[in-house]
Amino acid sequence: MLKTISLKSVLISGAVALTMAGQAYAFEPARSGECIAPANPGGGWDFTCRSVGKVLVDEGYFKGNVQTVNMTGAGGGVAFAHTVSKRDKDENLIVAASTATTTRLAQGQFPGMNADQVRWVGTLGADYGIIAVGKDSKYTSLKQVLDALKKDPSAVKFAGGSASGGWDHLKVLMTAQKAHVENLPKVRYLAYSGGSEALVQVVGGHVDAFTGDISEVKGFMDSGDLRVLAVLSEERLPAPYDSIPTAMEQGIDSVAPNWRGFYVPGNASKDSYDWWVKTMNELYTTQEWKDIMTKNGLMPFHKSGEEFTQFVKNQTLDIKILSQDIGLIK
Amino acid sequence: MDTMSLLMQGFAVALTPESIMFAVIGAILGTLIGALPGLGPANGVAILIPLAFSLGLSPTSSLILLTSVYAGAMYGGRISSILLNIPGDEPAMMTCLDGYPMALKGKAAEALAISAIASFIGSFIATIGLVILAPILAKFALRFGPSEYFALFALAFATLGGITGKNQFKTLMAAAIGLMIATVGIDISTGVQRFTFNTLELFEGVDFIIAIVGLFAISELLFFLERHAGDGLKQVAINKLKLSAKDIIKVLPASFRGAVLGFVAGVLPGAGASLGSFISYTLEKRVSDKGEFGKGDPRGVAAPEAGNNGAASGALVPMLTLGVPGSGTTAVLLAMLISLNISPGPMLFQQNADLVWGVIAAMFVGNLVLLLLNIPMVGIFVKLLSIPPKYLMPIVTLIASVGIYSVSHSALDLYFMIGFGVLGYIFRKIDIPLVPIILGMLLGPEMEKSLRHALVLSDGDWTVLFNSGLSIGLWTVAILGLILPMIVGPIVRAKMSKSKEAVKDV
Repeated sequence: MLKTISLKSVLISGAVALTMAGQAYAFEPARSGECIAPANPGGGWDFTCRSVGKVLVDEGYFKGNVQTVNMTGAGGGVAFAHTVSKRDKDENLIVAASTATTTRLAQGQFPGMNADQVRWVGTLGADYGIIAVGKDSKYTSLKQVLDALKKDPSAVKFAGGSASGGWDHLKVLMTAQKAHVENLPKVRYLAYSGGSEALVQVVGGHVDAFTGDISEVKGFMDSGDLRVLAVLSEERLPAPYDSIPTAMEQGIDSVAPNWRGFYVPGNASKDSYDWWVKTMNELYTTQEWKDIMTKNGLMPFHKSGEEFTQFVKNQTLDIKILSQDIGLIK
Repeated sequence: MDTMSLLMQGFAVALTPESIMFAVIGAILGTLIGALPGLGPANGVAILIPLAFSLGLSPTSSLILLTSVYAGAMYGGRISSILLNIPGDEPAMMTCLDGYPMALKGKAAEALAISAIASFIGSFIATIGLVILAPILAKFALRFGPSEYFALFALAFATLGGITGKNQFKTLMAAAIGLMIATVGIDISTGVQRFTFNTLELFEGVDFIIAIVGLFAISELLFFLERHAGDGLKQVAINKLKLSAKDIIKVLPASFRGAVLGFVAGVLPGAGASLGSFISYTLEKRVSDKGEFGKGDPRGVAAPEAGNNGAASGALVPMLTLGVPGSGTTAVLLAMLISLNISPGPMLFQQNADLVWGVIAAMFVGNLVLLLLNIPMVGIFVKLLSIPPKYLMPIVTLIASVGIYSVSHSALDLYFMIGFGVLGYIFRKIDIPLVPIILGMLLGPEMEKSLRHALVLSDGDWTVLFNSGLSIGLWTVAILGLILPMIVGPIVRAKMSKSKEAVKDV
């Protein structure tokens, strides 16, 4: 088993893996693994678990299978509590997470729990934030929207698919903050129960602007009903999204990836944690995973191990400060 | 033309072996559920929702299965009406009036066959109505802003009591209970937790599927336990079928009239299938030559059956296009759609066109299956009627429990389900209707959200609620819907209870 993994990694990830190829890992996974998706089948976390589980088996990391268990509740809180309290030492368990997880941790929405209670393995891609308006809107660039907000923070009303204080709301506030808009609590945000519901309101001309993720807008973008003003990524996204300017090009230093990744129980052995980090690094470079990313509109975004843990810490802190600034939490 | 090509695409979905299989299974289960006295269509669909979840069916397959159950239950309701003089469900009540006398005269087979044909005509015409009307209503999709939605939900609540509702005050109480349950969980407009007591399991609120299965299916079990109904029911024997083309032609006009009336009654929010079959029967009695209504006139069987099946399909129109259910069963179907992450309402026809048209096409297929099932195979369903409930109810409970557990893998949900079951039992004992509770839970949060959004957009100006032609129109219908039943209601109810007494007298 160990030998085949090492051999594979040599073949797959080339030079990087070569240095690791000789290393022996003290941890050997069980026959079957488990991935908790903290939401119902059909959602983003469910997709993360099922697709990663499949690649883990296809690439021979697990001899048996990797079972996806849906554990709904409290926006991931039930799964987080379950992992901390009942599975704290389980070495064959991964739990799907995303920006929604860090947002809720930062805002104290998992009572009595914090990001240090689990170990963060890595991300395998991201869905970047966008800000868009309807085709008949008077705004043609992100800068115009932000200038209007500078004059009057309630001049432009935003609709998004997350609750108030959720990631779609925070994206607008972070962008506005970078553009030095004052009085952020006055920025109007209308919370809908899903991105598509919010989109319809913007396309129908009832609300000024939409805040969401790039994967949500393809349909209305193609039909010409929606004008995407900016994508909140470091560089332009690959085709067919390459015509959308980034916020950075427009002089606003705002980047908002909604990453997809995993954490593992906090007291699982260091060896098992290292194994998972290495495995995710390798998995990210496989052709099978690249195909899954293309097919599902996931954009490149990979951090793992120490780097990812630090990233989660920073993101949690940023969100906490911003939420305090706008009076969402004390 | 556009509609036709969409419908053809729908048939491409509906005629796949998988879809046909689910339509057939749904039709058989539905007929059986409808035939069993007490187990109405809403209960039937509620019991089978967990099954759809635990099998992990796609949204399209789930909806095909459950709409077939719904249609099947409307067909099945007539079997016990005719053979036992006990309506299988409420809308089948009017079928007792002439169906049972026919059976007593030794024409049970004819009554069953005629009612099956009438049911087919009713469903078929109403489905055509759905095809024509739904896209027209759906065109208004983009014109619905927050204030229009608020008016729409106000309309839904105003018409809740409906014309057949027994006690307006209890309906109101039930709706309020539903609204109260709906406030549990995160309030998305402020991000604040309400009534969750720091219990993680409550953070996302109470799942309405659990409430529905508990209130309908588990309370049904408790009722069976109470009745100690160990044995099957005794029924009139069936004779050999002797039905000529002339007999069928004779009931055709009655069937068509019933179908159209039923469809209209179904489309109107709050009216539903009981009213559909009632007005079809009374109108038929008026317009026909004297005949022998009440003593076993075939037209008296055909009209209400066409009416209640027409109404069943009609009730899908407001559910699919506006997200406002037209009857109890469609309220249950609506809850399932939302659980499958499909938001019904104006955008459904644009965003999930293949699903909607697939389901509509499947209704045509299912209807044909039902007709085929119900004429030659009616004997089997009749036999099933004599299965003792002591075998049936444990199966129902098993399906419900496994299904609910498979949704979230949480034992707490099972306790909730049982809690709702006990609650449902108590409510039914004291005549508090269950459907308004579900509607309160489903529509309450949406209504609150729409109001808040409307006010945020207008910066706190309340007149925004009446600032478009569409919202004024909706408010007008809402007010009419609230006031009319108070005037017309007592009259219709008096007539209905009279015919109910007639049922008992026979």
